[in-house]
Amino acid sequence: MRPRAGLVSRPMSILGTRVVRTEDPVFLTRGATYTDDLTDERLTGALHLTLVRSPLAHATINSIDVEEARNAPGVVAVFTGADCDIAPALLFPAANKAMVRPFLATDRVRYVGEAVAAVLTEEAYQGEDAADLVDVDYEPLDAVVGMKEALKDEILLFPEAGTNTVTGMHLAKEDPGDELFADCEVVVSREIVNQRVAAAPLETRAASAYWGEDGRCTIFCSTQNAQSARDEVAAWMGMDAKDLRLILPDVGGGFGAKIGADPEFALVAWLSKKVGRPVRWNESRSENMTGMVQGRGQVQKITIGGDRDGTVKAYRLDVVADAGAYPRLGVVLPMFTRMMAPGTYDIPKVFSSAQVVATNTTSTAAYRGAGRPEATQAIERAMDLFADEIGMDPAELRKKNVIKPEQFPFTTKGGAEYDSGEYAKAIDLACQAADYEGLRAEQARRRERGDALQLGIGVSSYVEITGGGAFVENATVQVHADGTVTVLTGTSPHGQGHATAWAMLASEELGIPVEKITVKHGDTDLIPTGAGTMGSRSLQTGGVAVHNAAVELVELAKQRAADVLEANVDDLELDKANGSIVVKGAPGAKSVSLADLAGQEELKVFHEWDAKKPTFPFGAHVAVVEVDVESGKATVERIWALDDAGPILNPLIFDGQRHGGIAQGIAQAMLEEVVFDPEGQPLTATFADYGIPSAAELPSFDLVSMETPTTINSMGYKGVGEAGTIGSCPAVHNAVIDAVSHLGVRHIDMPLTPVRVWTAIHEAQKESAK
Amino acid sequence: MKVEITVNGERTSHDVEPRTLLAHYLRENLGLKATNIGCDTTSCGACTVLVDGESVKSCTVLAVQTDQQSVTTMEGLDGAAQGELGHPVTKAFREEHGLQCGFCTPGMVMSAISLIEENPDLTEKDVREGLEGNLCRCTGYHNIVRAVLVAAGKDPDAAQRVEAESGERTMAPGFSTGEGDK
Repeated sequence: MRPRAGLVSRPMSILGTRVVRTEDPVFLTRGATYTDDLTDERLTGALHLTLVRSPLAHATINSIDVEEARNAPGVVAVFTGADCDIAPALLFPAANKAMVRPFLATDRVRYVGEAVAAVLTEEAYQGEDAADLVDVDYEPLDAVVGMKEALKDEILLFPEAGTNTVTGMHLAKEDPGDELFADCEVVVSREIVNQRVAAAPLETRAASAYWGEDGRCTIFCSTQNAQSARDEVAAWMGMDAKDLRLILPDVGGGFGAKIGADPEFALVAWLSKKVGRPVRWNESRSENMTGMVQGRGQVQKITIGGDRDGTVKAYRLDVVADAGAYPRLGVVLPMFTRMMAPGTYDIPKVFSSAQVVATNTTSTAAYRGAGRPEATQAIERAMDLFADEIGMDPAELRKKNVIKPEQFPFTTKGGAEYDSGEYAKAIDLACQAADYEGLRAEQARRRERGDALQLGIGVSSYVEITGGGAFVENATVQVHADGTVTVLTGTSPHGQGHATAWAMLASEELGIPVEKITVKHGDTDLIPTGAGTMGSRSLQTGGVAVHNAAVELVELAKQRAADVLEANVDDLELDKANGSIVVKGAPGAKSVSLADLAGQEELKVFHEWDAKKPTFPFGAHVAVVEVDVESGKATVERIWALDDAGPILNPLIFDGQRHGGIAQGIAQAMLEEVVFDPEGQPLTATFADYGIPSAAELPSFDLVSMETPTTINSMGYKGVGEAGTIGSCPAVHNAVIDAVSHLGVRHIDMPLTPVRVWTAIHEAQKESAK
Repeated sequence: MKVEITVNGERTSHDVEPRTLLAHYLRENLGLKATNIGCDTTSCGACTVLVDGESVKSCTVLAVQTDQQSVTTMEGLDGAAQGELGHPVTKAFREEHGLQCGFCTPGMVMSAISLIEENPDLTEKDVREGLEGNLCRCTGYHNIVRAVLVAAGKDPDAAQRVEAESGERTMAPGFSTGEGDK
């Protein structure tokens, strides 16, 4: 591991060092314990829930016959929408009030995979058998698939809504029209698609529930935020949130798609109450690929204008976003797309608009980046289109137009207040690492020779917003009499290594080794408030809260030690070498350990930290691809990624987050797309059909370092969870188009499959032959 | 049907439905929950175990097919019962941060063990191709590949070192020359 240049000099500090994860020994021996692995005695005798799901995207339901299923072996009960007394719910508050989702469909289904009946059996296999016996008589309706189709309002998902438009929240004020580009020498405009993708965490959705004799319900489930999931389920069920306890076992990945509760969680709780037994649910992958919320899904019209010297003067982004059948978090994401529309650039005139429509497809919500990657993809494609048009090097064009370091804090035309950044330097460092000039020379040689394997070089400059969803987070730090420490956090790790990272933060202040510190999360009785892990928020909110709590705990300890040591509190300090309060400058004098103080009186601090603002990490990626112009096959050969998220707490975890992010960005650019046919049938409903990359489709990644702190928190931390995805996707996308741009190709929509690249080359050649 | 399967060195025997998958036998009949099930199309490899020493996706094998055979799961590796990383592969996964959420990990580890066993002279390309049947959504495979190379006694930084020491920061190793097969 290369050495790191920490901005904050901390001699002998654990911060910024490579600490291997404390959670790993369990994960690598008996394995993590996910919701479906639970052997909790409270779930003894649990019934298995199997959901009968709609095979049609849009249909009315004439009747449902469950008699045969009811009589099948092992079946305890079968319920339909007629039995379900949880009122249909508006899953996203700002959506059209008519667009409510029933927990089991009653008269109509609106996407393939919608739950129609619930089968409870003693054994899981019996559930699959019995679900096949539920006979639903559907009357097929024409389906609405595709955002532009939905905008026509010819077929309505919710006739009572009178429209497929979900919300007016993104409607722009006065549209400047052509005026925006009036003073531009060159204007380039085109429509691009940011295709729908599946988060596809390796652990599918799961939940188990039981009701205690005290009338309280406990739900074990897989989510990224127990506390808000609890509140959602309580609201849907008309319960007091105090009567609900959510416990998170280990969570096998989320990527945004496990934010909040799924309607199935409430269904599991309701069914458990109804039959008076615990109920378990663990969906199959095929269910997950239609049932779990999906990400992206925007049609974007981008227009960029400026002068031939490379000055970008105006930019316009018009978005239509796909909410899927029942509006969820996806409704709000175009807000981030609009906010981040101008990217890293100081563009004098910017306009954006967004419309969100319902379609007969799976609902959309957050997926790694959630609204920001869509903005970056649009502006970074626009910059390349503009560079091509004026014949300027794309890296040069970017550097000419980025916001300068002395302009920070910088309020953008998108309405964001960027905290800190050195965008041109990031581009320079990434280009230097990649030997950009050398790559361009090699590209020129191949073009001149007319090689079959052409080289493409793609550059992206990005800025994103992290910690933007929820600014407040809490932490409790407690030292015990045996010298161990417990940290409670409102964040919700599902791969991000908080057990290690938060222990490092506490260890740094308490002088107690990481091995003695236990981090707990995800039990709403133990930790009633908290906002979970999403939007790359955890370190700058929850991590800073742990740091602050530990600092406060030391202060509290000093006050108590003042009595014990009969000293003035100002003369005391923590000796971090052994976790004891000592008298400053008096080695060998009396001291008292934190553990001993904890033995005398509870030594515990709860701290709530309000960051008040988000932070804006940034970076630059350079991707190199080879494209076989005869077959259209593109291969990502290398990617140099500079992701600046401020000071680094643990380079091991930091780089791991970047790796995963980079892979998902490449995956969207090259391989992945959720596809529905015109009838709304999903064509990518299994892992055999959906293009998740394996190790064989990806290169190793080259990481370039840069650390620019934020001023929003005392530690300078920004978030890094989504950075890699946001930077890599446009760099790779641009690289593939760059490889064939000399053949006349200007744009290809993602994913850049061989057939798409091949077709683009051939269409460009036909065009030039005219 | 009654099956007798040796799992992690211990003889096990249960009456199972003929359709019972080995993955479910391990998880439900034996309570060995490290082996995860991540898909239903034999695509993800989270359920990979060793059957008589060879890696097998346990979601695609019936328990009855492994009757009288020997199965090893991650729980059966050296030190695992004591919660210790006694196997070079699990040790390397921790050292190289080859896991995040942990769901693919047991299958990935068992595949890697099999891969190293089959090919003692692994290259990065061998590892990437050898693990093609195991999906990970968290790590981007970067550190998994490093971990497997380390466990196989290889230097995961060899390529970068050559590039750095040559002083010529130009073409990346592994690039084609433009023409023909790589």
